[in-house]
Amino acid sequence: MDKAVKIALAGEGGQGVQSVAMILTEAAAMEGKEILYIPNFGVEQRGGVSIAFVQIGDQKIGAPKFKTGDIVIALSDRAVRRVGMYAGPQTVFIYDAGIEGVEDDLPENAQRVLAIPALETANKELHPRVFNILIMGAVIGATHVVTLEKAKEAIEKKLGYKFEQNPKLREMNFKALERGYEMVAGTGVA
Amino acid sequence: MGEKPIKGEQKAFMTGNEAVAWAALAAGAEIMYGYPITPQNEIMQYWTRLAPKYDKKFLQTEDELSAGFTTVGGVLAGRRAFTATAGPGNVLMQEPMSMAEAMRIPTVVVVQQRGGPSTATVIYSQQEVTLTCFGGNGEGLRVVYSTSSHQELFDYTIKAFNTAWKYRFPTFVLADGYQAKMRESLVLYDPQEKGQKMVPTEAFVGKPGTPGEDRAPAHLRNTYNIEEELMDVLSKDIKEYEEMTPEIIEYEEFNTEDTDLLVIAHGIVFRSAAMAARELAEEGLKVGYFRPITLRPFPREELRKAAAKAKQLLVVESSYGQLLKIVKDNLYGMDVPIKTHLRPGVGITPEEVVADVKTILGEEE
Amino acid sequence: MEVLPKIPKSWNLETKPHKFCPGCGHGLILKALGQVIDELGIQDRVVFGCDIGCSLLSWDFFNVDSVQTHHGRTTPVMVGIKRANPELIVVAYMGDGGGYAIGSQHLVNAATRDDKITVLLVNNTNYAMTGGQMAPTTMPGQKTETTPYGRDVLEAGYPMMGPEMVSAISQDGAYVARGSVARFRKLKEYIKKALENQIAGRGFSFVEALSTCPTNWRTNAEQTWAFLENEMTKQYPPGELKTPTGKEG
Repeated sequence: MDKAVKIALAGEGGQGVQSVAMILTEAAAMEGKEILYIPNFGVEQRGGVSIAFVQIGDQKIGAPKFKTGDIVIALSDRAVRRVGMYAGPQTVFIYDAGIEGVEDDLPENAQRVLAIPALETANKELHPRVFNILIMGAVIGATHVVTLEKAKEAIEKKLGYKFEQNPKLREMNFKALERGYEMVAGTGVA
Repeated sequence: MGEKPIKGEQKAFMTGNEAVAWAALAAGAEIMYGYPITPQNEIMQYWTRLAPKYDKKFLQTEDELSAGFTTVGGVLAGRRAFTATAGPGNVLMQEPMSMAEAMRIPTVVVVQQRGGPSTATVIYSQQEVTLTCFGGNGEGLRVVYSTSSHQELFDYTIKAFNTAWKYRFPTFVLADGYQAKMRESLVLYDPQEKGQKMVPTEAFVGKPGTPGEDRAPAHLRNTYNIEEELMDVLSKDIKEYEEMTPEIIEYEEFNTEDTDLLVIAHGIVFRSAAMAARELAEEGLKVGYFRPITLRPFPREELRKAAAKAKQLLVVESSYGQLLKIVKDNLYGMDVPIKTHLRPGVGITPEEVVADVKTILGEEE
Repeated sequence: MEVLPKIPKSWNLETKPHKFCPGCGHGLILKALGQVIDELGIQDRVVFGCDIGCSLLSWDFFNVDSVQTHHGRTTPVMVGIKRANPELIVVAYMGDGGGYAIGSQHLVNAATRDDKITVLLVNNTNYAMTGGQMAPTTMPGQKTETTPYGRDVLEAGYPMMGPEMVSAISQDGAYVARGSVARFRKLKEYIKKALENQIAGRGFSFVEALSTCPTNWRTNAEQTWAFLENEMTKQYPPGELKTPTGKEG
């Protein structure tokens, strides 16, 4: 039985976690994949950690939530502490290299723990606003759930209206996607 | 009357709540009454956005009591009327639904279960089974469909209107917060285009003609003076309920011939149970599943038949035994052992069911 | 020459004589309503909703489509019907409990929303059907089954001034009045204006009818009349509180 790829993506509200999930699932839909995406929602919706649970596969997905993710990505210190529970022996745990004070909170049992300088790269080479697209590139680099081509199509579909006003944004977003992809693709996790 | 909301078959990727709104549109629902409560708010929000385009009506009421009673009113006026609720709202909804049950008023209610009791969580559970099936001060003369996917949410919301108006019992679509908020793909369609005829509605009040002259007046009540009067009415309703049961029950089963372990689950948990059972069957284990789709009326004979061929049963649910209670009630007299995996308010993954089954079967060796 | 009382055409003769107690004001209020339905010619369009309590005895009173609802829920059921089919003229008939206690949030919201319905509320200062307990309209010092020593406002609060409240929260197109079964012609006039308000689609309409309950008041005919006309009118002044052209009639 073909298992779906289980992705848990977590960050502070405003970091664009749900947007990434929406675009990623859009890309997967374009490729005709089976997808199930659920955001966390609880009373702490405002001011809590934002988590997106995304599953992409060839067959209908079984359950909305999972115990252990194949890829778990945390973009803030609170996020690291919140989603560490979804890491298991087969999990690749990725976090932003700029997060401080989480050495003790990183999952000890994960297959691989990887720090990527996503925020720094976005700030220095691109623009802080495309940080989440860079993360999306990293997700794709780690899982290959969709092609970069389809990912770009999905970005165009979801954010195209912004690009109309400022065509430079398109290039920046695509570059961010590729940078994120490179960051992970070269590390041997995928 | 306005353009058709859905033309042809449309593949869509949306949340369950949105799927419900589209289904109600596709079914020709004319008016929704509702009160906000998580996790079903988006049903109203999508409906109010789509309503002006398709000439539909909406009223946000002051609470769920009013949402239920105004829905009763809408149905009495002969419209396809519906509402949606969850959790504490469902508790309040039982009062108007008791009236609907008593007076055979074909209301349609979508329930997106959340943690309970009381406010608990706004997220998910399967803890409103008892409430939706047997709530209020009646005998549970209702129809309850438990869905496990967005396609089913769409299909059964449409079906609910037909079941309600054909058989005249309050009808419920029972889903949960996960189904409400998650996104997955489904195909939207117009039932008429698929040859599904929508059961016509009929006004209870306000039919043409002067009452007392051209026609008898409608004198509708839910109060009786002596016990025997009530018994007469209930006997008739119960008889009709029992007679329609074979036409309404729905279920699904897999690998039930000579099973070592039969997994029983409903709603979204069924998906996990089904995945687990199929995986284990492929490994060569004699594991099957039985899924009631209608919790009311319950597919009793069908479950008994499947259970008779199983060495053990495993009931899996996100509640502390609300499905289990119904299962036991329907299996009365049979001595097949029943194991349980009860997790009130918490989701259950296929992996957990696999682990459970293996443990149980491992114990037997 | 014999002058027979005219029975309204919209009355259902099969259920007469009615089941209300001797001396009860319901019979008079429903007669006024029946006459108004006849005069306005709306018998084929009216839907009559009644509550739990003595009002429920009117469920088959008229040759008019009628729905007996749950306690306090007559207002929302009528709102639901009116919203679904605005051609119908809906009358929500209830007592003081159904309107001012368990049904108060529905009344307040229907008035605020300006739902085009007519609420006809019978105020007899007690919960009669259940044996005479205190009602929102029980007056200070008044003895009931749950205020056997007289209503103590410090313990049990003050009476609900329904039409005053509705008048304050309703919109400009609303009609609000308080009548009395002791002043039949005026009561009938108010009911007629209320229904006309709905027919014209101007807004919410509300009529409270001061009524009698000799059974629970334990009064004879003379005392009953005196209580209604001399005592109740002091607490609940009859008159029109709001007409669509302005606040005071």
